Amino acid sequence: MITAVQLQKETIERLVVTYPFLESFFSDNNLDVIQKEGLTLEEYFNTFDEEEIENKALDKEQALNSMVEYINGMVQFLGSTEEEAIRTLTILPGTDKSGNPEQFEQITIKQSEIICIVGPTGSGKSRLLGDIEWVAQNDTPTSRKILINEEKPDMKWRYSSGNKLVAQLSQNMNFVMDLTVREFLELHAKSRMVENEEEVIARIIEAANNLAGEKFIPETPITSLSGGQSRALMIADTAILSKSPIILIDEIENAGIDRKKALELLVSEEKIVLMATHDPLLALMGDKRIVIKNGGIHKVIDTSQNEKALLEELEKMDNRVQDLRSRLRHGEQLDNVNF
Amino acid sequence: MNLITVSGPPSSGKTSVILKTIESLKKRGIAVGVVKFDCLSTDDDLLYEKAGLPVKKGLSGALCPDHYFVSNIEEVTEWGLSLKLDLLITESAGLCNRCSPYIQDIKAVCVIDNLSGINTPKKIGPMLKMADIVIITKGDIVSQAEREVFASRVNTVNPSAVIMHINGLTGQGAYELSTLLFDETITLDTLKGKKLRFSMPAALCSYCLGETRIGASYQMGNVRKMEMGEKQ
Ligand SMILES: Nc1nc2c(ncn2[C@@H]2O[C@H](COP(=O)(O)OP(=O)(O)OP(=O)(O)O)[C@@H](O)[C@H]2O)c(=O)[nH]1
Ligand SMILES: Nc1ncnc2c1ncn2[C@@H]1O[C@H](COP(=O)(O)OP(=O)(O)OP(=O)(O)O)[C@@H](O)[C@H]1O
Ligand SMILES: [Mg+2]
Ligand SMILES: [Mg+2]
Repeated sequence: MITAVQLQKETIERLVVTYPFLESFFSDNNLDVIQKEGLTLEEYFNTFDEEEIENKALDKEQALNSMVEYINGMVQFLGSTEEEAIRTLTILPGTDKSGNPEQFEQITIKQSEIICIVGPTGSGKSRLLGDIEWVAQNDTPTSRKILINEEKPDMKWRYSSGNKLVAQLSQNMNFVMDLTVREFLELHAKSRMVENEEEVIARIIEAANNLAGEKFIPETPITSLSGGQSRALMIADTAILSKSPIILIDEIENAGIDRKKALELLVSEEKIVLMATHDPLLALMGDKRIVIKNGGIHKVIDTSQNEKALLEELEKMDNRVQDLRSRLRHGEQLDNVNF
Repeated sequence: MNLITVSGPPSSGKTSVILKTIESLKKRGIAVGVVKFDCLSTDDDLLYEKAGLPVKKGLSGALCPDHYFVSNIEEVTEWGLSLKLDLLITESAGLCNRCSPYIQDIKAVCVIDNLSGINTPKKIGPMLKMADIVIITKGDIVSQAEREVFASRVNTVNPSAVIMHINGLTGQGAYELSTLLFDETITLDTLKGKKLRFSMPAALCSYCLGETRIGASYQMGNVRKMEMGEKQ
């Protein structure tokens, strides 16, 4: 852990060599250090006169403390790797909306499992996802507890900005940035500090193209991707580039991509997938489903052999529908189709 | 009483987040009131009123809204105390990215939204840098990647803040925020003697005082000229 006193004595040059990520700190905080690399931080801050301090809305002490926090936070973020792998997620029972205790001992979900959450509107599906994201410790309306690797988790999961326990796939398929696919992924990769950037980006684009029907290239602007392509890119990006070990999907309906492959991609990256859905095609792709009633977990159903067989039938039907759709798109007539 | 100052660019979701959070606070039996500071007009007071909350609004009109805020916050606090509130929340729209209404030892929350673009964190000054809690809204309309990039930019300008994502429409995350806002061990009786976290700009020129005419002879006080380079 570095302290403010130590920091002040270091030259900017040395600091940037030791902590390369400081470059973005300087630029995002509008601190121009070009040609001042030889100065110690203390000397650097002393180069500002009253007027500059006023104009830049700079507070030296605050800037310094903030830098210390940033360095210590980043060092911890970069250092946390394998040893923190999440193997299991455990839900311990709380109470339903009427205050009745939930009737299960514990639910344990393992890496690469897909769990669906079903239940009527307002029953508490989103709340359960919320409990997991907040690693509830008997301090949410449900009084549930969440364990990670069978232990009481580190509360850093709640507050850290880079190391979030949970990534959430948006329902929305619009991007608000005006960048090419490559620039977009570079930006994300930089914010995650990945080392083999090029390789990771190539992998994401390949995986995304594998999910969507029409292929796109790195130079395609993200704003001109189709709905299906955007969704494919988002899923591939979340699977491969997000550090979060758990993925929440709250209600995805038909989205113009190969959803089976999408789920396979997510679990192949050793993620835990939790999905609130009522689409039988998705629900049966799960290993288990959690049934919510009146705010409580009512039961947990393992997807049965018969259900898996039904899923195959459903997939065939779905393929037929997709096929008809694509034939319509190509201007064909559907007179002689028997279903 | 606890006092919390919520600030953020216009339309970033301050009211939505405050309303959703108050729903959870009310369930815990905490008496909450809100004061909205704005510049020209606001209907937020009606929204708070509709939610059954005691509310006051202050429009700064021709004054800088943050300067106006500091000049009035003491009386506002007294109002909250007279109603025996447990928690008083002030909402103010940061307009110039330079001022910020945060007070030392008073919890400061900044609300910004994902749609404002990833360069926004760097443009917002003390209002973002000095906040204790930064709430990022509208995550529902951007991708996971955009959320992560945005949050990491916020983290670089304010590494000590707790950064939370809240959906102002559904309230996702608002319960969690509510647990961080009220501290029963705090009893604020007066703001007298407390200080702003950051000084407001020393702007006082003839235009601040209502001058409308253009030209050097009308410019008095704190006037500064742009660097335009050598004259040909
Ligand atoms: N999609 C989406 N919309 C949001 C979210 N939060 C707020 N909004 C919408 O954004 C708009 C502005 O929200 P407000 O809560 O009024 O914002 P504000 O910061 O209080 O605005 P002013 O007080 O006028 O500065 C409203 O239409 C909200 O419904 C969110 O998380 N997602
Ligand atoms: N066990 C519980 N105890 C108390 N309140 C609960 C409990 N579970 C859920 N709630 C509350 O019930 C409300 C509805 O829950 P939630 O939004 O999670 O439902 P949902 O199943 O996601 O609904 P939808 O299908 O409409 O998205 C929320 O306010 C939530 O906080
Ligand atoms: Mg829901
Ligand atoms: Mg508002």
